[in-house]
Formats: sequence, structure tokens, C-alpha cells
Amino acid sequence: MSRDPLRVIQTSVTQSPVIKTDQPPSEPAKQKGRFRPALLLHEDHDLCPGCGEPIAIRLMLEVIEELGQAQNSIGVIGIGCYTAFTSSMDVDLVQALHGRAPSVATGAKRMRPDSLIFTLQGDGDMVNEGLQEVIHTAARGESVTCILLNNGVFGETGGHMTATTVLGQRTKNSIEGRDADYHGYPILIGDLLAQLGGTVYAARGSVHDAAGVVKTKNMLRRAFESQLEGGGFSFVEILTMCPTGWFVPTAEGPGYLDNVLGAVHATGELKNHERLVTTAQLLAETRPSGP
Amino acid sequence: MTRRLMEGSEAMVEAAIAAGCRFFAGYPMTPFTEVLEHFAAKLPEVGGVCINAESELEAVGMAWGALATGARAATGSTGQGLALMQESFSEMTRAELPLVVFHMARGQGDYFQATRGGGHGDYRHIVLAPENVHEGVALTQLAFELADRWRNPVQIYGDYLLAHTAEAVVIPTSDQPERPPKDWAVDGSLGGSGRSRNLNPLGMEKGTKGIEPEPFWKRLQAKHDEIAKTETRCDTESTDDADVVVVAFGSMARFARHAVRELRKDGARVGLVRPITLWPFPTDALAEACEGVKRVAVLEQNGGQMIDDVRLSILGRAPVDPIGGISSDAAGFGIGPIFNPDNVRERIRGALEGREVAA
Repeated sequence: MSRDPLRVIQTSVTQSPVIKTDQPPSEPAKQKGRFRPALLLHEDHDLCPGCGEPIAIRLMLEVIEELGQAQNSIGVIGIGCYTAFTSSMDVDLVQALHGRAPSVATGAKRMRPDSLIFTLQGDGDMVNEGLQEVIHTAARGESVTCILLNNGVFGETGGHMTATTVLGQRTKNSIEGRDADYHGYPILIGDLLAQLGGTVYAARGSVHDAAGVVKTKNMLRRAFESQLEGGGFSFVEILTMCPTGWFVPTAEGPGYLDNVLGAVHATGELKNHERLVTTAQLLAETRPSGP
Repeated sequence: MTRRLMEGSEAMVEAAIAAGCRFFAGYPMTPFTEVLEHFAAKLPEVGGVCINAESELEAVGMAWGALATGARAATGSTGQGLALMQESFSEMTRAELPLVVFHMARGQGDYFQATRGGGHGDYRHIVLAPENVHEGVALTQLAFELADRWRNPVQIYGDYLLAHTAEAVVIPTSDQPERPPKDWAVDGSLGGSGRSRNLNPLGMEKGTKGIEPEPFWKRLQAKHDEIAKTETRCDTESTDDADVVVVAFGSMARFARHAVRELRKDGARVGLVRPITLWPFPTDALAEACEGVKRVAVLEQNGGQMIDDVRLSILGRAPVDPIGGISSDAAGFGIGPIFNPDNVRERIRGALEGREVAA
């Protein structure tokens, strides 16, 4: 598909010469393409520079459209920074309370079994406030797709510890870094969900680099496809940058994600029908030298 | 139309399904449990769904999702379970979702919870309190109608006696009022049209940025003012020449009615006012029925809750005294010794004789 922005990026990389950045540009910058997905009403948002959530939302909207589900989708939206996109996502939406999106999605799916029903939640929403909701929804094998935007902090309140904050990570209420003895351990939510009988697909992607973006988009596609096949619960966790909540310069966000969050919440498919992989196995494969 | 002997739980579930309810989610708890059991048995027979949720939090969330698609849906519990649902209740009121709540309370101590609510912000629920199973059927069907008409949650406040007393009732299946169109419901069809919906409790509109809570909340307040003006329901008996008017609701009113009729036979000038809507409270009807009385006696099975609304209605024009009180069985299920015709009659007689009635 020609309007797929990822294809545009790939094409331009292979066809353009390396741009020298140690000298002024030889010609003025010009727009190479429009990247606004068709299901986004406008590009205005209040999210911080360097935030990974808009990338994840873009991928989700693109997949919905590419699967021909634009007129058949109902999104149930949690509460976090990403909630700002409810006024611009051109998909039928239901706003849920913090943590409660999976049960709302369950009720909607049971009344409209042929609709594509998804939730969009953050780590505070899904893994702190609503952990039991997502676990029971998966265990029941509800044919809904839960999408987790995991940045390891409560971004909207300004960078506080969540259930996915990794050990050693500094947040506003673990200022010396998360200490296992004092704060306890992070929850690897993908592993919890993958092992449940009702789950048919579970994966963890990341949007910190172009390869991660491409892989994450494929994960979203497989999750939605498995829902449309009616097999059961599907889950995609997407690691997103939050330089504001991590207290790092914007440009260091992707690297921090890869080195800190990504070293614990390793990316890859955790479950694809019968195939079950643990995060520990993914870590051993992708980071053999350890975090 | 066949008359069948059914306990209140079953009759109200039959009434709900006849009114088009197709989704229920709940978590077992005495004395509400049988409502869940009957929904679980009967909804699949009509193509509906009943989910045994893992908590009251999730039960109300599931009903939220079903309602969002335009289905008639309900949840329920006891006051304890409803306490867990309060955040969703207040937010669903602002999302204008027509939720019906079956509240089989452990007695009448949840009057404040039902009429004031424990959720955040400005919100109101219509609360209907049936006296017996026959009325439980009628008010169940009215609850779905009012919920749709006002796009507002409606609670049915029952108790152990209502849920478990078997009475011969007819379930009306025809002549259901026409339902208003639900063009607000989400079905996914408007995705990509630029007019997709966002069913939310904040008054947010698609295509704009941010929220404007104040005008949205004021619009909801105007709706609640309109409900308060138009939806009060009240039942009065023998109040015209009464020296004492007894005010009671739900099962307590059933006992009060029996006692009032017995005392009338003895020549006592006593009447009964029974609020059917606990919110909106029938303030005007109560004030009118109590004009010129010597005493207003409030018979409720709690430490004194509805008496606040009675006093706000009477506004000092007559003494308003409690003749009920906290009364419980050993298990705390709300079937205390106060539910005894002799006991209730003596309490009312005390009010007639101007005695103070010990709770």
C-alpha cells in the first residue's frame, strides 16, 4: 500500500544518499510525505515531545484500516496521556474508568460478537488499577484485543512508579530507583496473560526504533486477526518512550527505553496459539549477555 | 396471561427479560444471589448473556459495555456490593447510560447510599422501592422504560423479603412501551466517517481538543431537575382525616399498611404515605397528605435516614418522629424482629398516643 508511511521511510532510506549533518543543508527542508493515518481526524495533541504513544496509536489505526475494520471497530479507552487522542481517533469509542476497560469491552463484545473490540490502556491503568480485569478477561477467553502502552511510569501525573517500573528505575516516588526490598518487583504482564488458556495471542513490541515499529505493527495485525477468527483473547504490549516521566532529555528517550525497560520487558511474541515463550527465554535469545 | 407463583427474584427477572433486558452481570451475595441465578438460567434461552463476574467492579463494567452498544442491560447486588460499584455509577450517569440496578439490600440501612450515592461529583439516580412482588414486576419494567427515557441509571431498592417472598404474579409481555431510538449507541459503523462517536462521561466531542466540563455538568443538572419535577411517585392511604401519618417504604410499608388498616377498624385516625420513588422524593405529595396532622411517624428499618427527607418535606409544620429503628437477624441479612405485625401496630399506636417510641 503506497500510503503506508513505513514503506515511505524504507524507500527513502534506500534511495537517498546519506545526509551530512555536520554542515548546513545544501537545500531547504521539504516535506517528503504525509504520515497522518486516515482514521485520525487531526494531528493536534498535547503529548510531550519524544512521547512514544502517538506512534503506537498511529500503528493501531493503520492496522484497523488495512484490515477493513474501520466501520466495524469499537475502542474502549482507559485513562492516561493517550486518552487525549479520543477526540481525534475516528473510530467509535467508549471512555472507560481507570482500569475498567476490559470488562467494558467484554460487555460490548458479548452484545456485538462480530465487531472488532479493543482496549487501549497504559501500564498504570491495566497493570496497577485494573490487573484483575485484564486477567479475568483473558481467562474467560473473551475475543477482544487489549493493547497496553507500557512506559513504566504514570506519565500523566508526572512520572510515578507503576507495577511495570523496572528495578533501579528512578520515578518521582522511587527517587533513588526502584528497590526490590522496599518497592517490590515489576510485573511481567505479558507472561501472566500468555499462560492463560483463554489467550490465543500475546506479544510485546516497542516503538523505540524503526525495526521495533515494523514488528509492533505486525503484532497488532496478528492480534486483531486472531480476534476476527474468534479464537479468544489477544494482547499486545507496546513499550513507549516517556522522556518527561523518565527525566531524560527527549533525544535519549529511545535509548533509555531499549537499555532500561527493554532489558526487562523483552520484546517478541509470547504466545501464538500453541506456541508459548517466556520473557526470560526472549531475554536469553535477544540479550544473551544479560541486561 | 398466566398467573404464576414466583419468588420476587424470579418474578423481577422474568419482568426484566419481558422488557427486553438481554445482558446481566453480577457477583453472588445474599439476598441478591437469586436474581443472578435466575438471569443465568433464563437469559441464554432468549439469546441473551449473563456473566458471573469476578467482582462487582467488573460486573458493572460489563453492563457498561453492553449498554454502550444500545442493549438493555442490568447489574445488581446488595448495598455492600453496590458500594464497590459507586465510581462506575456516578461516571455512567455522566456518560448518560440507561443502567438498571437490582439492589436487594440487607434491610433499609442503604437508603442514603441509594438516594445520595457514594460516587464522585453531581449525579442522581432514580430509585424505585416496590412494596411487594406484584409491584416489583411493574417497577422493574418501569425501570427499563425510565432509564431509556432519561438516559439515566435507575435503581430498584428491594430487600430479603421482596427477593424471597413468593406471590402469584402475572408478567406482562405485551404492550411494552415503544423504546426511544438509541442513535447515541456505538456499533462501530461511523468509523472513518468523521462523525464517529465517543461515548464518554466528560462531554467530549470528536474533532475538538480538551474538555469543557462546566456546560456539560450544568446540562446534566438541568436533566436531573426535570426528572425531580416529573417522576415522583407516591402512594397514600387514609390520610384525609388522619391525626397521624405513617411514612414507610418497601417491605416496611407493607407491614405499616396492615397495621394502619387494623387500627382504622378500631377507629384510630391514622394514614399511610409510601414513597415509591425514593429519589426523586415525593416531597409535595407528602406535604399535602400531612397537612393538618398532629404527628408524622417515620417507620424505617435503620438508624434514621429517610426521616431527613420527610423533615425536608414537612418543614416544621408538624412533629416528625422516628418509630422504626435498627433491627436485624443474627446473620445481618435485614430480616429483623421489627418485621412483625404486632410490633409495627404497637409502634404506630404509640405515635397515636403521643408516646415516644423506643427504637
